[in-house]
Amino acid sequence: MEVISRILEVILAIAFGCGGVIGLFYLANYGINALPKPWNRHFLPWVYIAPAMIVLSTYLIWPTIQTIYLSFFDGRSQNFVGLKNYIFAFTDQGMLVAFRNNLLWLVLVTGISVSLGLIIAVLVDKVSYEPIAKSLIFLPMAISFVGASVIWKFIYAYKPMGDAQIGLLNAVIVNLGFEPVGWLVERYVNNFALIAIMIWLYTGFCMVILSSAVKGIPENIIEAARIDGANSWQIFWQITIPMIRSTILVVSTTVIILVLKVFDIVFVMTGGNQGTEVIASRMIKEMFNFRNFGRGSAIAVILLLLIIPVMIGNIRRFRSQERLR
Amino acid sequence: MIKKKNQPKTEFWQKAPIHISILIISFIWTLPTVGLLISSFRRRDAMLKTGWWSIFEHPFELTQYHLGNYLEVLQSQGMGQAFLNSLTIAIPATVIPIAIATFAAYAFAWMKFPGRQLLFIIVVCLLVVPLQTTLIPILRMYRDLGLSNSFLGVWLAHTGYGLPLGIYLLRNYIGALPRDLIEAAEVDGASHLKIFTKLIVPLSMPAIASFAVFQFLWVWNDLLIALVYLGGTSDVAPVTIQLSNMVGSRGQDWHLLTAGAFITMIVPLIVFFGLQRYFVRGILAGSVKS
Repeated sequence: MEVISRILEVILAIAFGCGGVIGLFYLANYGINALPKPWNRHFLPWVYIAPAMIVLSTYLIWPTIQTIYLSFFDGRSQNFVGLKNYIFAFTDQGMLVAFRNNLLWLVLVTGISVSLGLIIAVLVDKVSYEPIAKSLIFLPMAISFVGASVIWKFIYAYKPMGDAQIGLLNAVIVNLGFEPVGWLVERYVNNFALIAIMIWLYTGFCMVILSSAVKGIPENIIEAARIDGANSWQIFWQITIPMIRSTILVVSTTVIILVLKVFDIVFVMTGGNQGTEVIASRMIKEMFNFRNFGRGSAIAVILLLLIIPVMIGNIRRFRSQERLR
Repeated sequence: MIKKKNQPKTEFWQKAPIHISILIISFIWTLPTVGLLISSFRRRDAMLKTGWWSIFEHPFELTQYHLGNYLEVLQSQGMGQAFLNSLTIAIPATVIPIAIATFAAYAFAWMKFPGRQLLFIIVVCLLVVPLQTTLIPILRMYRDLGLSNSFLGVWLAHTGYGLPLGIYLLRNYIGALPRDLIEAAEVDGASHLKIFTKLIVPLSMPAIASFAVFQFLWVWNDLLIALVYLGGTSDVAPVTIQLSNMVGSRGQDWHLLTAGAFITMIVPLIVFFGLQRYFVRGILAGSVKS
C-alpha cells in the first residue's frame, strides 16, 4: 500500500511540475490575444523569451554578480576585507596544490581524450562493425560520476601483498610479479588514477563528435590525394586534421569547461585528501565544511575568470556563424 | 555501406592492425562496467575473497550468482525511495527547460525585436558560467523563500543551469529550418502560436528529443545540485546522493556498492540505448557546423 501511495505522490509531483510550465505559456498567450492587434505583434516576442530570461537572470546572472560581491567580504559576509580572500586563494598551500592538480587535469584529460577520440574516430570509420564499437566506447557517457567512482574504486581496490587481490589493476600487477599499489593513496599516482576516470568517461563523447566531422570530409578530396600518391598517414595529417580543425576546437573547449568544473570524482573517490584536491572541490569544502563564504566565493570567481577566454572564443564563433547565415 | 561491400576480401587481413586496436580499445572501455555488473550478482564473502573474474573458471555454476544484493540495497539502504525521488526530480527538470527553451529559441530565430542579438550573446556567454559561482546566493535565496529541500527548488535550479545549452542548440536547429516554410505560413495568416505548435515543434522533434536526452542524463546523474539544494540526508535524496553516502559509510561492502551503482545506472542506460541516435545528432546540431 505504502509503495502505491508513494508512486502516486511521484506521479502527482511530476504532473504538477510539467503541467505548470505548459499552463503558463497558454495563459500568457491568452492574455496577449486579448490585447489589440498592433500591441500584440509588439509584445509577443517578449512573452516567448520572458520565462527564459527570468530563469537565466535568477539562476545565473544575478547570483554570479552576487558571488563576485561576496568574494570581497569575510567568511560570514559581514565585513569588507578587500582582496584578502584572493590573496589567500593564491598563497595558501592547499590552494596551490589544487591549482597544480587542475592544470594536470586540464592538460591530460583534454589532450588524451581528444586525441584518442580522434584516433578512434578515424579508425572506426574503416570497419563494418562501427556502430557497435562506437556504442561501447560511448557508453560511459550515460554513467554518473558517482557510479563511475564506484566502478573505479573497485578497480583500484588494494589488499596487502600476500592477500588475494580483488581489484583488477592490482591483480594484474601482482601476477606480473610486482608489489600491489595503493592507487588512491600514494601521492605519486593518485591524481593520475582520478584523471584516468574522466578520460574513460569523455573519450566516447569526443569520438562521436569528431567522427561525424571526419565523415563530413568530401570523399573526392581524399580520392584525389590518394591518386597523387598520399598514404593514410599523410592524409590524416594533411587533410583530415586541417579539415576538422574547428570541430577539434569545439570539442576541446567543451572538455576544458567540464574539467574546470569537475568535483564529483574527487569528492567521492578521495574526498580531496592525499593531495588530490582540485579547485572546484576545494571551493565546496570552503563553503560547506568550513562555512567560509568569502573564500568560497573568491574561488568560484577565479573559476569564472579562468573560463572567460573560452567565453570570448564562443562569442567569436557565434558571430562568424551569424554572418554566414 | 555499398562501398564497403564492393571492396575485395583481402582487405580484411590488410586491416588487421585496425581491427586489433579497435577491439583492444572497446575491450578496455567495456571491462570496468562488465566487472561491476558481474560483481553485483556475487555473494559478499566470495567477493571479498576472490576477484570477479574468477567466475570465469566455472561460468555455469549458477549458485555463485544471486539477487540478494539488489534486494538488500533497495530495501534497507533506501535505494527504492531514492529511485522514486530521482524520477520525480528528473522528469519535470527535463520537461520544464524544454518548454521554456523551445519558445525562446523560436523567438530568437524567427521573431524581430530590439536587442535580439545582444540577448542571444548573453545566452552564449552563460553556456560556460560554472554553476559553482551561483551556489551561495541561490542557497540564501532558497532559505529565505523556504525552497530548500523541495523538489520545486531543484527543478528550477536544473532548469536554470540547463537552459543556456537548450536555447543554444534549439535556436541553431530552428534557425536552420527553411525560411520559405515559415513565411508561407505567415502569408496564410497563421498566428505565431499556430506556427509554433503546428510547424516548429513537429519539425524540431529530433533536436528537442536530443536535448531531452542530454538534459535527462545530466539531471539524473547530477550530484552537486542535489547535494547543495537538497541537503544530503533528507528523504528527498536522489540515487546519486544515496550511493555517495553508501561509499562513505559502507566503503568496504562491495556487494552493496556494486548493486547500488548498477541501480543508479539502469535508467540512464535504457535512455541512452533507446535514444542514442537523437542524442548524437542533437549535440552535432550545435557544434559541428563550422
